[in-house]
Amino acid sequence: MREINVSEITTAVAKLCIDSCCFLPQGVRDKIQEAIKTEESPLGREILSTLVANYELAERKVVPLCQDTGLLVVFIEIGQDVHFVGGDLETAINAGVAKGYTEGYLRKSSVGDPIFTRKNSGDNTPAIIHTKIVPGDKVNLIVIPKGCGSENMGALKMLKPADGVEGIKKFVVDTVRSAGPNPCPPVTVGIGVGGNMELCAILAKKALARNIGEHNADPRYAALEEELLELVNKTGVGPSGLGGRTTALAVNIEFANTHIGGMPCAVNLNCHQARRAEMMI
Amino acid sequence: MSEQTAIKYINAPQDEATVKSLKAGDVVRISGYIYTARDAAHKRLTEALARGEKLPLDLKDNVIYYVGPSPTKPGEVVGSAGPTTSGRMDKYTPTMIEQGMRGMIGKGLRSQEVIDACVKHKAVYMVAIGGAAAVIAGSIKGEEMIAYEDLGPEAIRRYEVKDFPAIVAIDCEGNDFYKVGIAKYSKE
Repeated sequence: MREINVSEITTAVAKLCIDSCCFLPQGVRDKIQEAIKTEESPLGREILSTLVANYELAERKVVPLCQDTGLLVVFIEIGQDVHFVGGDLETAINAGVAKGYTEGYLRKSSVGDPIFTRKNSGDNTPAIIHTKIVPGDKVNLIVIPKGCGSENMGALKMLKPADGVEGIKKFVVDTVRSAGPNPCPPVTVGIGVGGNMELCAILAKKALARNIGEHNADPRYAALEEELLELVNKTGVGPSGLGGRTTALAVNIEFANTHIGGMPCAVNLNCHQARRAEMMI
Repeated sequence: MSEQTAIKYINAPQDEATVKSLKAGDVVRISGYIYTARDAAHKRLTEALARGEKLPLDLKDNVIYYVGPSPTKPGEVVGSAGPTTSGRMDKYTPTMIEQGMRGMIGKGLRSQEVIDACVKHKAVYMVAIGGAAAVIAGSIKGEEMIAYEDLGPEAIRRYEVKDFPAIVAIDCEGNDFYKVGIAKYSKE
């Protein structure tokens, strides 16, 4: 049994909020640099170069890459030999969100209730927390600040077994094409297949939580990721949706067992910034 | 920036002649004064109009920038301030254009109703690079709170801008550069 004071979690989450919103992951920088070399549209290349200038400036000044610093999605894996002390975990995570978003001059975008008052919570809490209990005595935190420009363009479809892989391909490409410029392409496409309605949506988000460039461990799904990347890059949407070759930087698929009668599929889009930060405690 | 287009330097507020000179695909730099407004501010403005009230700003010939900036760090003029998705404002936009609004800056697709209003009343829709928020903030030289301060990032502010970078997406003849650009590179 390992004791962890929840104040450590608060401190970690606060740091991860600021890091993820101000410093673009190296893998994403590499993908954008590669795209500048292959993009055929001159305007597209200019836009990609502006994104490079933007991440360099944001890092130098420690300011948000984008004004939309999102709702914070937290994937927390907790070793089953960990015992949290000093308070409750969820409160500690949200205290970290409030601290990070306030001290980091990040935008607070959380409103509740969604229909009537839509009052801003003032500190970007609560986070959206996905918890998984795993073997061991470590805690792993991945945070994704998720903006709404890309989130609004996601889609979920209860596909049927007879739709097959062609049904998946059509749904994914249609979703990216009709999203057009709105999710700030070049996007990362997170796909969840299988499970049921809520699980495929969570899997799509989990697919976005990967380090960019990592593929599904199953070679058939890894090959499908590559094929889908080629297909979405044929849409012509391009950087900022103003036309070009680079519509997506990556396509990531996560899958789970599903019912004999179903093949649910969720597509969650991320903008070109694919912001994330991770810490093991 | 694009193959054939030189950068056009324009001022805000804009007159009708300036709007008529802009074509879809033009790369522009805007200097002068623009106003910020996004979802909640648009809702309040159009509700005020419906009640017959005077607006907290005169829309005539003005340019509205769809943005909800991040908080300003000490020593900076503004926080990060890139465009938000314009389509969410479509419901309110024809009413705003009827009030004399001459230009919009945002990102993403617009409805046919917005395009029609641009043609009818000679207005222009320009787009800034989504996610280039730190770079764009560099072209904002001053900020003044105008209305709805309680809305926080959604309050209406006036920005003084110098060479604010944008691209004309929909001109006052109804041409849509998104359609042209995507069709050019589609291999489907």
